[in-house]
Amino acid sequence: MSSWLDYTINGLIVGNVYALVAVGLALIFGVSRLINFAQGSIYLVGAYIGWVAVVQLHTPLPLTIIVVAAAAALVGLIIERFGLRPLQNSVRIAPLLATIGISFVLDQLVMLTFSPNPRALPSQLPDVRFQLGGGTIGPLDLLIAGVGITSALLLFVFLRYSKLGWAVRAASQDRDAAMQMGVDVNRVNQAVFGIAAALGGVSGMLVGMYYNQIDTAMSLQATLKGVVAEVVGGAGNVPGAVIGSLLLGLVESYGVAVFGTSYRNLFAFLLLVVVLVLRPNGLFASARQAPPEPLTGTFIAPSRPVRIPRWALAVAAAGFAILPLFPVSFYVLQTLINAWLLGMLALSLTLVAGTIGQVSLGHAALLAIGAYTSALLSLALSVPVGLAVIGGGLMSAALGTLLISPSFRLRGHYVSIATLAIGEIVSLVILNWESVTRGPIGISGIPPLSLFGYDLISPSSVYWFSLAVIVVLALLQGRLLTSHLGRSFRAIRDDDIAARAYGLSLNRYKSLAFIFGGFAAGVSGGIAAHLYSYINHETFNTQQSILALTVVILGGLGNVVGAIVGSVALVGLPEVFRIAAEYRILIYGIVLLLLVRFRPQGLLGTI
Amino acid sequence: MGEHLDSMLSLRGLTRRFGGLTAVDAIDLDLAKGELISIIGPNGAGKTTLFNLVTGLDRPDAGTVRFEGQDITGLSPERLAAEGIARTFQLGRVFGNLSVMDNVLIGAHTRLRAVKPAVPVIGPLLELGLALLRPSSVKAEEERLREEVKAILARFGERLLPRIDQPAYSLSYANRRRVEIARALALKPRLLLLDEPTAGMNPTETAEMQALVAELKAKGLTILLIEHKLEMVMRLSDRVIVMDEGKKIAEGRGEEVRSDPKVIEAYLGHGLTGTAEQESAA
Ligand SMILES: Nc1ncnc2c1ncn2[C@@H]1O[C@H](COP(=O)(O)OP(=O)(O)OP(=O)(O)O)[C@@H](O)[C@H]1O
Ligand SMILES: [Mg+2]
Repeated sequence: MSSWLDYTINGLIVGNVYALVAVGLALIFGVSRLINFAQGSIYLVGAYIGWVAVVQLHTPLPLTIIVVAAAAALVGLIIERFGLRPLQNSVRIAPLLATIGISFVLDQLVMLTFSPNPRALPSQLPDVRFQLGGGTIGPLDLLIAGVGITSALLLFVFLRYSKLGWAVRAASQDRDAAMQMGVDVNRVNQAVFGIAAALGGVSGMLVGMYYNQIDTAMSLQATLKGVVAEVVGGAGNVPGAVIGSLLLGLVESYGVAVFGTSYRNLFAFLLLVVVLVLRPNGLFASARQAPPEPLTGTFIAPSRPVRIPRWALAVAAAGFAILPLFPVSFYVLQTLINAWLLGMLALSLTLVAGTIGQVSLGHAALLAIGAYTSALLSLALSVPVGLAVIGGGLMSAALGTLLISPSFRLRGHYVSIATLAIGEIVSLVILNWESVTRGPIGISGIPPLSLFGYDLISPSSVYWFSLAVIVVLALLQGRLLTSHLGRSFRAIRDDDIAARAYGLSLNRYKSLAFIFGGFAAGVSGGIAAHLYSYINHETFNTQQSILALTVVILGGLGNVVGAIVGSVALVGLPEVFRIAAEYRILIYGIVLLLLVRFRPQGLLGTI
Repeated sequence: MGEHLDSMLSLRGLTRRFGGLTAVDAIDLDLAKGELISIIGPNGAGKTTLFNLVTGLDRPDAGTVRFEGQDITGLSPERLAAEGIARTFQLGRVFGNLSVMDNVLIGAHTRLRAVKPAVPVIGPLLELGLALLRPSSVKAEEERLREEVKAILARFGERLLPRIDQPAYSLSYANRRRVEIARALALKPRLLLLDEPTAGMNPTETAEMQALVAELKAKGLTILLIEHKLEMVMRLSDRVIVMDEGKKIAEGRGEEVRSDPKVIEAYLGHGLTGTAEQESAA
């Protein structure tokens, strides 16, 4: 009995922390219809600023809170001013991609400054616990509750009684009407980003103190949890976000109580998927409200794709095919093999995100499904490796499509959130389903690639094999794009309402896109598993999803040749310039930001 | 209700509420085969919402929609498209990155053989297979449809044919409206709903559009038209329905409706909408 009270208190405290993140997300969504994927990064920044203040500067607690809030708010203002304001009049996909890019840049900057190793963040509070009914509560719990309640009150007073707060409310009711009435939208945006960042930063610091540990993985977790809470409460609904957060905290806490800690996130993401499917406008909105996304407006940048003549493509393919006949180093071949593997993932993502407009952020999960399937088929059932890889592709196509299907009714940002969550669910299932996946130990001793009984061990044979696979996949995808399906996919991307009015079923065509794309990604994962000979639940992670997304934007959304050119560029150029591994993600993030800002149609143009 | 039996479309008590606002309020309507009915009314009267209810993009809170005797209330838009209901959109919804040809081909989507098998899982997979293998029957069908699209575009004279491979986003506003109508015609509709097809067009372009609609009507197509330009409404319509604040306030032949005091008051009560003013000035 007493432990239940403890779990309840714990759930409410954690919920309070989520609320600080979610309220910021709700404010931003309210005024700019944007889900700020960088919110978790600000939370991370807050935690590390708190660490600097406490450990290095020895500031007293109240001052620490003020320093963290002010510094985080400054980061928020910078993001608004330089990251998002220039994109105000651009297509809807641009700010979405920008916040993703900003989040990666911030995380990497923190990682490079403080190293990825976890640090302790002492709370400066006495370590005592008070009896409360049957449970106990500590001073830090009280502090978190106090900060949560105080922030809620301050926010309420600000929104209710200040002129700027009134403008924020007006802008979130009806942005156009507010602008006509003379509301300065830039100031409103500044206000919400500043407030959201201050709350997020303080939240990160409090969490660091609560667990007495901070590390760079906190960022993605915080974004996900905040988004879950916000969506559960109804996007853009500030009180809803608070209630959604408390609910999320309780669900997680009770879930942990029953099933154990490793299931914490699984509950959060399942809650998200259930809410998205059953009540996409949140628990408190009427189910039949108009969707919160604008119904008109273009999602992707209009452009004319660069036409590359077929003979040029054939010459390029032939050039790459004969490359191993020349005295090139093992290192060059290895780099290109990596490019081909990434290229297969990019082909998949460019179809899903570019051609049919579902910006998936969990694409690495498809790699993981393909890799595990292929590895287990060849190890446990002794299926020949060539067939096992195809099996991986098929499994990824089938299972991936099935998992993503709840998100088919969603649009824009919601698809990205849902795919991110589904990607996390896949990795958590791999971690926890030990009887099949061998859990955290991973799978080792995966047999090398082989074809018709011949092992492909030498670098050039692996190179030829992966080149052949990517060429076949690219040709198939090119053929798909010129068929009526390519036309239908693109129509759904450009205007799903008009597409439905002309008989295009969203479920049918989104499924077909994911089936086709899932196969390519699964094959890539399968080949990777046999090359690495060891995989675990972290082999295929969000970084690869983002890298693939950057490749896709670089090459041009939906552009098959662009996906391959982009892969070669993003894998090859860092090698050419000998950029150290830890700077690469930072550079990918910056490349993504620059593209979104200056060349949204990518190198070869959107198709 | 003798009319009910042979009517192509019949609405009974159709109602849609948004919060406290009743956008469409207990509308009854019967549209006979080959008839053209215009719906007019001040801005915000609920005309577009009514179209959304008929085409399945929105669901009514009460009332029924029957199409050729079948109850189609609440069916999905994709089902209704397959039944032969096509529409254009007030604000123009072309597929911006698709060429004119591809935009109009989407109109013919429901007629493709590859999309016909409605078996779950197998049907879509067959469609994928056909798209990749492209046997000669599929190629021939595509070729035939392309010829058909060119014939449809030819109805707009030289407006669209020279731009057939250009992306729709590069077209003028009026041309986008034409592409929308071409796309609707490619569906071979049995019922066509046009939501302000001449919005934003100059007098010459409006006259062309009027001639086109007259031609479609003469060919026997059943049409429901929303239009602010009363001149055009008077010339084309067999009957006119006037809506205000969700309700049907008048119905009848053009001249009758025009002189109905309730109609005049509805327009005056809304301070004469800009478009109505232009009409009376013209
Ligand atoms: N999705 C929605 N949510 C809330 N209210 C809506 C929605 N769609 C329409 N409305 C409201 O319903 C009323 C009717 O709108 P509708 O677009 O049907 O009018 P209309 O007659 O087509 O006007 P117009 O001549 O300007 O096109 C308006 O007051 C509008 O604001
Ligand atoms: Mg309208």
